[in-house]
Amino acid sequence: MSVKLRIFSAMQQIAEEQKVTLPPLRDDLALQDTGFDSLAFAILVARLEDDLGFDPFTIAEDAAFPSTVGEFIRAYENVPA
Amino acid sequence: MSQPDVLALREYLGPELKGRTISDARHVISLTDILGYSCLIGRYRELSGRSVLLATSGQLQSALAMIELDGVARRMLLCPPDLDPDHIEGLLADAEIDAIVTDRPLHRCDDGAHLVVGAGLPERPGAGWKTERATEWLMLTSGTSGPPKIVGHTLDGLAGAIIADGAARYQNATWATFYDIRRYGGLQIFLRAVIGGGSMVLSEPKEATVDHVARLRAGGVTHISGTPSHWRKLLMSSAVADFSPRYVRLSGEIADQAVLDGLARAFPQASIGHAYASTEAGVGFAVNDGREGFPADLVGQNRDGVEMKVVDGSLRIRSHRTARSYVGTGAPQLTDAEGFVDTGDLVELRDERYYFVGRRTGIINIGGLKVHPEEVETVINRHESVRMSRARSRRSPITGAIVVADIVLADGTDAGRHETIRTEILSRCNDALAAYKVPAVIRFVERLDLTAGGKLTRADA
Repeated sequence: MSVKLRIFSAMQQIAEEQKVTLPPLRDDLALQDTGFDSLAFAILVARLEDDLGFDPFTIAEDAAFPSTVGEFIRAYENVPA
Repeated sequence: MSQPDVLALREYLGPELKGRTISDARHVISLTDILGYSCLIGRYRELSGRSVLLATSGQLQSALAMIELDGVARRMLLCPPDLDPDHIEGLLADAEIDAIVTDRPLHRCDDGAHLVVGAGLPERPGAGWKTERATEWLMLTSGTSGPPKIVGHTLDGLAGAIIADGAARYQNATWATFYDIRRYGGLQIFLRAVIGGGSMVLSEPKEATVDHVARLRAGGVTHISGTPSHWRKLLMSSAVADFSPRYVRLSGEIADQAVLDGLARAFPQASIGHAYASTEAGVGFAVNDGREGFPADLVGQNRDGVEMKVVDGSLRIRSHRTARSYVGTGAPQLTDAEGFVDTGDLVELRDERYYFVGRRTGIINIGGLKVHPEEVETVINRHESVRMSRARSRRSPITGAIVVADIVLADGTDAGRHETIRTEILSRCNDALAAYKVPAVIRFVERLDLTAGGKLTRADA
């Protein structure tokens, strides 16, 4: 499964648990329009760290947090696994 | 100088009660004629009035030395087995130790400044000690960071809850505990055995559960005490099926309804009680109604002279069972100006009952919101496939921290059901807890480690 699909799958799982209705996930969707709050993103980042073995936001100390789904995915794709 | 008003342990040990013993995995020692023998070797007659460190390898030698030296020594500092050697020098100075009773070679302390006396089995004729004074009992706190604090008790205070219960009730009891008797929780059980006229089976470090239970059964143990974590571990073992104590006691951690119910199922014929006690606050109370928490009317002044109040959510206790003071230079105050010990244990009142929610020092901070790991564990532990759980903090680049949970499932849980169980637990947590308290990640683990004091290991404990 690609990194992108893993991220989408984790997001759908969390949306189900948190009873959030996710809009269709597209690269240009703003993260604030996903319906996820900061807690949901914290859960997402923790689970992706367990799944992929890294957390790009902690590794790069000065990394700005992404503002779109596409930027979020690229933060994971750009870290050498 | 004789002080007839002072009671020491030897006053509870006489030839009248037959068949009393104390045992570990290697030795069974008769308590009935114990006063006729000495376990001390060398210049032991010089121990009168001394401040003595009891540093023996096993619990049995310490037990025998406590019996011999209570009422004789000025002080006894009980040295638990897990003490960091780097802390010993400071403790010796703070407790003004001038004599050491040990069965081990001394490396750091054998500088000629201390009287050193050997400890063994009671094989030599008794010293004929008389009770001369109220010996101070010094114990160490079990915090995991920094040097332990020395807490000073008297036998009178240590035994307060035992006397209040009516010690004679326990004449035919054989006591056991998963604790080490050189810690407060274990010492309580040792004193119950000695003062109550019963017998005792000691625990052994690293002994397999099945071997331990075999000794408990062979020793005829009727009354037994441990932390909820100890009991959860025992309930995981098949050895529990052959064991049928009359009295099961929990202390040292929050006894949640899941563990109380588990014990009631495993030991249908036993009465099950959970006690609240700490090294500093002494024994506060025991609850025997099979329910978690404690009745609200225990707060206030109760009939045993224990007074409790709740301030800023934390339980405060004042009684003659609390420790006298911390010992040593620069030691902090143990009680507030009115004599109350702040236990640091936080409680919540619901429907005329107080429930423990966690330790003040163990709070997880999720973006400014507070979570007690214990409240999360209580919900998880209600799932029938869960044996033990630990909620803990994990750093998060987004909220600072999140809650994650490590869970031990019951033996024989089908690995194919893990995902279903994970979903069920998350769903129950979502129903019972605010969203930020629900574990972000659940990990199934083979085991969870306990501290030397039998409590769940917590990074921030």
